[in-house]
Amino acid sequence: MVKIKNLEASIEDKKILKGIDLDINPGEVHVIMGRNGSGKSTLANVIAGNEAYELDNGSIFMNDEDITEMSIENRALNGIFLCFQYPVAIPGVSMAYFLRAALNAHLNHQGKEEIDALEFLKNSKQILGELGLDDSFLKRSINDGFSGGEKKKSEILQLLSINPKLAVLDETDSGLDVDALRTVAKGVNKFRNNNNAVLIITHYQRLLDYIKPDIVHLMIDGKIVKTGDMSLVEKVEKDGYSWLEE
Amino acid sequence: MADKNQKIIDQAIDQEYKYGFTTDIEQTKFEPGLDESVIKKLSALKKEPKWLLDWRLKAFKRWKKMKEPTWAQIKYDPIDYQALSYYAAPKKKVNESLDDVDPEILETYNKLGISLNEQKRLEGVAVDAVFDSVSIATTFKDELSKHGVIFCSFSEAVINHPDLIKKYLGTVIPASDNYFAALNSAVFSDGSFVYIPKGVKCPLELSTYFRINASNTGQFERTLIVADEGSYVSYLEGCTAPMRDENQLHAACVELVAHKDATIKYSTIQNWYSGDKEGKGGIYNFVTKRGRCEGDNSKISWTQVETGSAVTWKYPSVIMQGDNSVGEFYSVAVTKNKQQADTGTKMIHIGKNTKSTIITKGISAGEGQNTYRGGVKILKDAENAQNFSQCDSILIGDKCGAHTFPYIDVKNPTAKMEHEATTSSIGEDQLFYCNQRGIKLDDAVSMIVNGFCKEVFEELPMEFAVEAKQLIEVTLENSVG
Repeated sequence: MVKIKNLEASIEDKKILKGIDLDINPGEVHVIMGRNGSGKSTLANVIAGNEAYELDNGSIFMNDEDITEMSIENRALNGIFLCFQYPVAIPGVSMAYFLRAALNAHLNHQGKEEIDALEFLKNSKQILGELGLDDSFLKRSINDGFSGGEKKKSEILQLLSINPKLAVLDETDSGLDVDALRTVAKGVNKFRNNNNAVLIITHYQRLLDYIKPDIVHLMIDGKIVKTGDMSLVEKVEKDGYSWLEE
Repeated sequence: MADKNQKIIDQAIDQEYKYGFTTDIEQTKFEPGLDESVIKKLSALKKEPKWLLDWRLKAFKRWKKMKEPTWAQIKYDPIDYQALSYYAAPKKKVNESLDDVDPEILETYNKLGISLNEQKRLEGVAVDAVFDSVSIATTFKDELSKHGVIFCSFSEAVINHPDLIKKYLGTVIPASDNYFAALNSAVFSDGSFVYIPKGVKCPLELSTYFRINASNTGQFERTLIVADEGSYVSYLEGCTAPMRDENQLHAACVELVAHKDATIKYSTIQNWYSGDKEGKGGIYNFVTKRGRCEGDNSKISWTQVETGSAVTWKYPSVIMQGDNSVGEFYSVAVTKNKQQADTGTKMIHIGKNTKSTIITKGISAGEGQNTYRGGVKILKDAENAQNFSQCDSILIGDKCGAHTFPYIDVKNPTAKMEHEATTSSIGEDQLFYCNQRGIKLDDAVSMIVNGFCKEVFEELPMEFAVEAKQLIEVTLENSVG
């Protein structure tokens, strides 16, 4: 579904990604682990098309379509969704307004009719309930004054509403207590099916106790140096990353 | 992304001003020039009483001795007051009935989305339409008169309600108040008059729609609103003008008087022609607006959405004379291309327990310059006065500017003052977030800006809040890339 070939990227002339290859098929959950500064979040941003990063080399394909040069919103409309590590606040714009605008942008792109307000509310309230959030959440300004847990739950609410093809979770587990972590994981598991895929970027095993990955990648200094299964996660948890550099 | 943004900002804002057409009608127009004879001719044409002519002439004498103010953060070519015409009116006689109004003019208002036909009007809004120097028609007069509400053109009020005019004219803005107010007092041509009797809650929104059509004329309208004890009125003004290469002067005066327990809510959507990308043409908007909370527990609230004009110089103010009276100022000012706005308010606390609120949102795009200038004055006897001020600015692109000049003068130690100010850019991270959810750049900008202005838009009457939002969307289209 997503094919990344020899991806190189930099920010302010500093090379961060030094040749990433990644192949994600429908139904799969991939995990990328690595130290701080290894380039994990850069990869997530470059997949989403963040123009703060300079693309130096390589290409990204989505269902055989080259999306390397595609705009941020067109990538989103083609099914790429980024769960932000630090979702930004937009004061005065309600969750409901924002989410409905996002949803309608996707529906328009798919040639479908826009969702009416009642149906939208019904769907949203159901998801809110599953995430343990109050209906009044929809009236709040997006991410404005949200707690860490609320911010991540808001991202999962959007994920479940928009229902993309690829969900990239950029350190979604950071700053969450156990209960919030479980709720977020439940949301991601609900999203999963045989036609979509998940790419998890994380430092820790704890989220992976709830979302079982199929493939695990270890990243060092802008490169994927090892790919394997869940046993890699346990080894990293026990021994760290230095054994990979020997 | 910054480079790309800049490139598109450099391509500038191509959105056409949709009200820029002219109406081709026969008109009566004075020859350019200003002296006493012009004022006498104007006053005679309007069949004014002698006291009003004398008032005008006195204002004119004062004006001639005054100097154009230079303290504002605005630059513009000098205005040649002798090159302007001080009166322009459609030739066809205007009568009571709409049937007598030149169809071209009705068509003009239809194009502006203002139907003067009562059946087609927005429910609950009465309109006074002012075309160049005269009022064309006022709708729903009968309905309003049932409640004792007077809503008519200023000229009509001078003839039909001379006592009220004599009692209140110039009592809030003295004829010699400032350069532009003095000029207006000498040459004002028409405008609206509103009187709400004791205890009446005005059953309709009142609205005046100002249209400048003629070239080389100045527009000098004057509005006076009096809310008697315990009454309530909500009033809205809208303004548009054709696109012309030369600058046109608009110097209006608005006076509000709120008696005991009365409330006046005054909203403006100002969309005069702002000039082209190079800053050619556009309206010079020099306006004096002031309200007096005369009685105890009275309230005056100004809400303005300023998107038009090449130059805006405007400080709607409130004098809180009665005890427990309230003054409010909510403002959104947008400048793009080479527009300049120097706007704000003055809150003058005289009575005890008086309370004022100032919330302003300045938005600058292109090479626009946006200045907030506000004064809060707490006089000696104003025990327990309170003011809250919040002045936020947002910058779109790197060639525009935002400036804030708050002046505070407190003469009573029991006063409570709060002032907050922020300046921010529309963040690339906010745009990235919206784009990542499939929302296009233009939609994202208008969403972020509308969110930024929300506190002010919430103060507008419903129908106009929608109009204001759309106006902001159109105004800022293509301002980021």
